[in-house]
Amino acid sequence: MSDPMIRLRELYVEFNPPGKRIQAVNGVDLTVDRGEVVALIGESGSGKSVTLRAMMRLHPEKTTRYSGALEVAGQDVLGMGGGALSQLRGKRVAMIFQEPLLALDPVYTLGEQIVEAIRRHEPLGRAEARARALQLFERVRIPSPERRLDAYPHEMSGGMRQRAMIALALACNPQVLLADEPTTALDATVQIQILLLLRDLQRELGLSIVFVTHDIGAAAEVADRMAVMYAGRIVEEGPASELLTRPRHPYTRALLGSRDEGALRKGRRLDTIGGAPPDLARLPAGCAFAARCAFADDACRAAVPERRELGARHAAACRRLDELPALLAVRADEALPS
Amino acid sequence: MTAMHPETISVERAPVQRSRGHAANVLRRLLRNPVAMIAATVILLLILMAVFAPWLMPQDPFATSMLKRLKPIGTEGLPLGSDELGRDLLSRLILGARLSLFMGIAPVIIAFVIGSAIGIFAGYVGGWANSLIMRCIDVLYAFPSVLLAIALSGALGAGIVNALVSLTVVFIPQIARIAESVTTGVRRSDYVDAARASGASALLIVRRHVLGNVIGPIFVYATGLISVSMILASGLSFLGLGVKPPEPEWGLMLNTLRTAIYTQPWVAALPGVMIFITSVSFNMLADGLRSAMEVKQ
Repeated sequence: MSDPMIRLRELYVEFNPPGKRIQAVNGVDLTVDRGEVVALIGESGSGKSVTLRAMMRLHPEKTTRYSGALEVAGQDVLGMGGGALSQLRGKRVAMIFQEPLLALDPVYTLGEQIVEAIRRHEPLGRAEARARALQLFERVRIPSPERRLDAYPHEMSGGMRQRAMIALALACNPQVLLADEPTTALDATVQIQILLLLRDLQRELGLSIVFVTHDIGAAAEVADRMAVMYAGRIVEEGPASELLTRPRHPYTRALLGSRDEGALRKGRRLDTIGGAPPDLARLPAGCAFAARCAFADDACRAAVPERRELGARHAAACRRLDELPALLAVRADEALPS
Repeated sequence: MTAMHPETISVERAPVQRSRGHAANVLRRLLRNPVAMIAATVILLLILMAVFAPWLMPQDPFATSMLKRLKPIGTEGLPLGSDELGRDLLSRLILGARLSLFMGIAPVIIAFVIGSAIGIFAGYVGGWANSLIMRCIDVLYAFPSVLLAIALSGALGAGIVNALVSLTVVFIPQIARIAESVTTGVRRSDYVDAARASGASALLIVRRHVLGNVIGPIFVYATGLISVSMILASGLSFLGLGVKPPEPEWGLMLNTLRTAIYTQPWVAALPGVMIFITSVSFNMLADGLRSAMEVKQ
């Protein structure tokens, strides 16, 4: 197998604001290869964004506790000192955010912000850095880039801003791009353009991309692999096409079943997952999904299920994986009018 | 593209100089605001008047005359009348601009520097240090500003310097609170996170992203405080705690002329009119600045 860019082993992230203990990430194993695009999908509060930000150790140092192993580009991120961390951030790993209007500083032009980012990591003069910024704007296909460099964030449209954000992230030629719901704040038509741009850039530059989304359609568009998260754990992980066509875990099945495609036929109700995700301050002892799972039994509620390899890099964490097809068939029979 | 010739660099440099900074944009918007421009013109004229007072005064502002006491506006040789000691009111109003403007602006500038530093530090550090600093600030803030100014001035004794110190102390908590709240907001913003994600150090984040976003709102607030400072300073002088006679200062003049309110009401009101014009001008300029600095989201 090719060399991994990102390796998470048994990663736990715990927030300790005064008087509380929130277990946001509970033992995540994930490997992202060089030049691979991995999508983390899941509901709000499933720990996908927390996992992503942990890869750069962006959580507030004082109130966050990490454990497990976290390596990016062969370096141990959790044990890194401040200087090494600054070198990692932006230079080797860059991040794009959900809402570019909020993630760009309103009082500086886009050009100034990109020039600043470049000069932070590389000994370039202003003019050279600006020339690079111009190239970046061309690369992310911003029309009339020369003029747009002098624009303030609020002077541009949402799609252009997200392109500028991507240009800013790519300023120092990072190897890894982390994207936190990069298309959620955009129009549907613009979303596709941004996703295609990311895919193209990834191919041109050989980037590894991890992106977080709750939009399975967006994930299917660009991801090589997908990992489905629930309550801070990866419940199923596999190649995108495999996961979408042959989901194994009950949660993945339910998630795919609750997409609008399933309910486009008139008169059919949209399938939903009943209940709500567990409170991360009080996780249940067993499988976190058991409370909402139609197939859960007492054993499921007693112990956290082991991750099981299902071949071809496909893995899932469910105790009753083998029994599921039979159980589903029974359910389908019961649903038929007698 | 890798080998850059000096010529191409100079070509690339041109747009860098052309790009306007944030300050230039604010100024451009401010210039388009007629109300703010009128206010700015009035303030400029007042400042010029204060600076060139010795050349503008038609008469000696300290020369008393028992024969010319409390003359009405429009008297021959006394265009704005005279005060209770027969001194030319126009000359005294012109010279009074010096002290009045100074007492309006200086405490605010000093408080702006100190208060911003305290507030930005507290806001950026957060946690218990923030609580400690801000609770201390709140103790001062709890006093009504007039009362605090009078109490401090009274304790320190009369005099310009003491009045200046007490006014500065009055304004520090107000500015620090604004600075703290704006900084707290900026610190939690996505662009500070984004800057951290691109490897910026804490110092750089404070210098560039926090300061850049925080100074504007604080500056606007401080501009609004100038009128308050002028009125408070006048109040202190009125109570005999600020400027001492015979120095002309508008608040003090208002005080000494108050006995003449029934005989020469218009003359007695003139220093008040000056205070009013100045403070309204500063307020309108602050409003104009606020809207010019407003960053569209």
